[in-house]
Amino acid sequence: MASAPSAPATAPSLLDTLFQLSLDDLVKSLRADPSAAGESAAIVRALSVVHREIRAPEAATKAAALQKLTYLSSLYFAPVASHPLAFPAIELLASPHLPHKRLAYLAASLSLHPSSLSLLPLATHQLHKDLSPSTSSAVSHHVCALALHLLASPAAAAAPDLAVHLAHDLVPHLSRGSPRAIAAAVRVMAACPSGAVPLLFKPLAACLASPDPRASTAAAAAFCELSAPPADPAPFLPLAPDLYNLLTTSRSNWALIKVLKVFARLAPLESRLAARIVDPVCQLLSSSSAMSLTIECIHTVLTALPAHAAAVALAIGKVKEFLGSSDDPNLRYLGLLALGMLSPAYVSTVNESHDVIVLSLGDPDSNIRREALHLTMGMVDDNNVQDIAGMLASHAARSDPEFANEILGAVLAACGRNVYELVSDFDWYVLLLADIAKSLHCAQGDEIGRQLVDVGLRVKDARPELVQSARTLLIDPALLGNQLISPVLSSAAWVCGEYINFVKDPVELVEALLQPRTGLLPMSVRAVYIQAVLKVITFCCNLYCERLNDSNKELDLVFDESAIDQTAVRSSETEIRPGEDEILMASTTEKDPFSQKSIVYMISLIEATIGPLVECKEVEVLERAHNLMGFLHLLREIQELKDMKVGDHTKHNRVKELVKNMQTIFSQELSPVSVNALKKVSPPEDLVLNENLAELADVVSEDDTTPSTSIFLSCRGSHSAETEDESATSVGSSSLLSEHRKRHEIFYLPTGKAEEDANNYPCANDPLLSADNRIATEDKSEAVQLVSDWKKIKSTRSRPKVVKLDGEDFLSSMMANANIAKENSLSCTVRGVLMGRDAKPLSSPKVSDRTTGGMPKNMDSGESSSQRVENIDDGIGSHSRTSKPQNNEKEKSAIPLESDGKEARKHRTSGRSGHRQGKQKNRERPSTQPNVVPQAPLIQDFLL
Amino acid sequence: MGIRFVLLVNKQGQTRLAQYYEHLSLDERRALEGEIVRKCLARTDQQCSFVEHRNYKVVYRRYASLFFLVGVDNDENELAILEFIHLLVETMDRHFGNVCELDIMFHLEKVHFMLEEMVMNGCIVETSKQNILAPIQLMEKTS
Repeated sequence: MASAPSAPATAPSLLDTLFQLSLDDLVKSLRADPSAAGESAAIVRALSVVHREIRAPEAATKAAALQKLTYLSSLYFAPVASHPLAFPAIELLASPHLPHKRLAYLAASLSLHPSSLSLLPLATHQLHKDLSPSTSSAVSHHVCALALHLLASPAAAAAPDLAVHLAHDLVPHLSRGSPRAIAAAVRVMAACPSGAVPLLFKPLAACLASPDPRASTAAAAAFCELSAPPADPAPFLPLAPDLYNLLTTSRSNWALIKVLKVFARLAPLESRLAARIVDPVCQLLSSSSAMSLTIECIHTVLTALPAHAAAVALAIGKVKEFLGSSDDPNLRYLGLLALGMLSPAYVSTVNESHDVIVLSLGDPDSNIRREALHLTMGMVDDNNVQDIAGMLASHAARSDPEFANEILGAVLAACGRNVYELVSDFDWYVLLLADIAKSLHCAQGDEIGRQLVDVGLRVKDARPELVQSARTLLIDPALLGNQLISPVLSSAAWVCGEYINFVKDPVELVEALLQPRTGLLPMSVRAVYIQAVLKVITFCCNLYCERLNDSNKELDLVFDESAIDQTAVRSSETEIRPGEDEILMASTTEKDPFSQKSIVYMISLIEATIGPLVECKEVEVLERAHNLMGFLHLLREIQELKDMKVGDHTKHNRVKELVKNMQTIFSQELSPVSVNALKKVSPPEDLVLNENLAELADVVSEDDTTPSTSIFLSCRGSHSAETEDESATSVGSSSLLSEHRKRHEIFYLPTGKAEEDANNYPCANDPLLSADNRIATEDKSEAVQLVSDWKKIKSTRSRPKVVKLDGEDFLSSMMANANIAKENSLSCTVRGVLMGRDAKPLSSPKVSDRTTGGMPKNMDSGESSSQRVENIDDGIGSHSRTSKPQNNEKEKSAIPLESDGKEARKHRTSGRSGHRQGKQKNRERPSTQPNVVPQAPLIQDFLL
Repeated sequence: MGIRFVLLVNKQGQTRLAQYYEHLSLDERRALEGEIVRKCLARTDQQCSFVEHRNYKVVYRRYASLFFLVGVDNDENELAILEFIHLLVETMDRHFGNVCELDIMFHLEKVHFMLEEMVMNGCIVETSKQNILAPIQLMEKTS
């Protein structure tokens, strides 16, 4: 037995007994010093005394010590080492003195837990004795109750042996109709279905018909428990007559509630049963004054009897009464919950309560608000989405930050669901997004930012309005300080840069993108800003050059002028910049933005602002600043040549060409990429997958003993010749390693999987990257290489996600299966017993029929759960590039849309038109942007 | 199983009684009690008595300085549990005579006995105050 190490080995037990502190003394000492430190000191002191006392031979000392220990462990989380509480408790179970026995039972039921189960066999005999009393005095009756209580405690439920041994002792108590025995029987049956169910089920079922209301109430509760969800309720159908009898005759609300719960599970299985119980349930519903029973009837009607319109109407009437009870938040909450249970067929009823629901959004109780929000979101359809979303957005402005964000999150999720299924007016939606972003407390920056870009990519028609909204976000200096919406600003900047052709005033945009407060932005966002500036200036220069082409003779003049401006700017760069800016601005504002002046103004503004950033420590910003400055430098260089009269028209042509090229690069369409785009890539004909993947098959089948080798082989599969040398050495070392691993396996950690994952990431100097260089030369192998490399990158990068999802999937299905298996054994046994009971006409064939009928059902439920997981997976997968197969229905429905649904879905199919126009547009961008889906440059035409 | 646990907590958030009907380790209990107590004590009278927490629903009711918190399965009838709490308080009132926090502190095991009589394995098995109190009276007689 565990003992307190601090306790002296031989304490005089007589002293202990004489001077033992009682529980009252303990409580007083705990209360003496209410501070946390004083209390914990008192607990430590008391525990050390208790640990000594509990080993005393006298039962009284021991009992008092046990009492104190029980108190400490149940209220103060006293660290009871191993199970010092359990053993003395079991010792005292045998005490003839009732209070001691009682204490011991209490301690045992509170303290026994699965890790102390080894002690339970010690108690089995005592329990057996206490359960079969020799006399029928009040005391022995009480002892019985104690033993039954221990049997029903959580500890006993985990001990199937105990259940098996004591099941027999329960039978006489059950046939007496003892409520305690009924509750204990449920635990015992759950612990050991095969042993206990055949023995206990019949007496338990008989209790349902018992004239003693306590017995029938307890039995109803027992069957409610046994048929509770993971279990299959079907085997309990034969009990329906008894339950029906109880439903119509019982006066106990407790019993009625439980019976209604059982019927709510049984009625969907048997339509005749549903028809049968409608009347009594409605009667209860309209006559009962107990709210608990009323709400239970409502639940039963709404979940199990949706086909009975009259009953549903009655229930809805009651629900409305609940909703109207202004003084009782409990009833309002339950009313809203009940509305949420209504099946889709009764949506109109929910809509009738629209006002109450909207009112509840402002309730002082956050639970009620949340439920109201849930209901509101349930009402959204494509007709009312604008009203509801607008109403919610204005409501969010008035709510506390937490709930406001819940509202905004719900609105964004609802509108963004299934590729903006509900949104038909994207101009409105884009405005809404911008409004939401600007609202106080908005913490949904990431999602808004994502949707802004997503809408831009997917919905061509929305782009003018989108750019307009982005502009309002960008020019507001107050927003720049708010870290929460910097993702929105990042997206806005990207949108303005990408769709610059819709921007009305590029100069203003450049000013906004370069305003001083942009210094407050996170570096990643600044990088996006800089890139957007590059796009804007490219666009403006290009337009300017095109105009020059129209009137070529003006060219010289223009460049001369610009050169003059240029020198002026240069000379005055440090001293009088602000004033000069103002002058320039004043002159450009009334002019058109593509005039030479405004371009020069923009260039100098950019140089002044971005110039310092080329020494930035953040690489993304540094790189983009360099790119931008480099581009400006090119423009200038040519101007300077012109200035010195060395240059000629070829120089101008060169700059025009450069600008034009840049513009063509930037103006190419980016399209959203479907997660299953990869599947649509037809493999090149000369790609022999087997050649490369045969080795991968080994890898897959390989267990974790040789992770490094296997990974390496897969690499070699895709890059053959030039990495040969390197590979040889690696193979050597890794095979050595694996050999070593095999030999000394016990010294290795069994974490092959994690290693494998880590190794799957391409290293910095991975040969994979060198493949890009070869592409330029080998045209034929290019596609192969690209595809295989991309596949590889995709699979390796998205791997962690996939693994995690698969893991979850696997785990949940395992758990579901485990539950089903367990419950299945219970329900099968129950079914067997029941069939045995009414075995007159139907014996073995029917039984087997039923059981096999039950099997597919369980498999169905297993399947549906895995399907559900997969659906969730789909939702996540749409942007996480999982290489999992996606649900095919979506694809199937998408194909016909392309041909005939074009008109109807014009907004959504913008990307698709890109698909028709430009197959394999291989777009190279100087630098990728964080907002762009990274694989876009490779394959961008496969749409959702 | 219906009821998962019954907690009595005072206004300061100290646990005065804890009865669990499923096994939880000490650490799990400590975390659970901490979280639930924080959630429930922060609520006002105008808010409803039901709080969702993890996979439980917590039904609570305040009597003077004591909060009675009952954790139940999600499909349990909340109003019935409120009635159960009231029954428990009435029973204690009958036994202790105008029960207060101190009564529960100094007679914790009696409250446990009452609860044992009322709830077994998470199911309510006894609702008559007389029957609930009979064993305690019997024990007082014998000791």
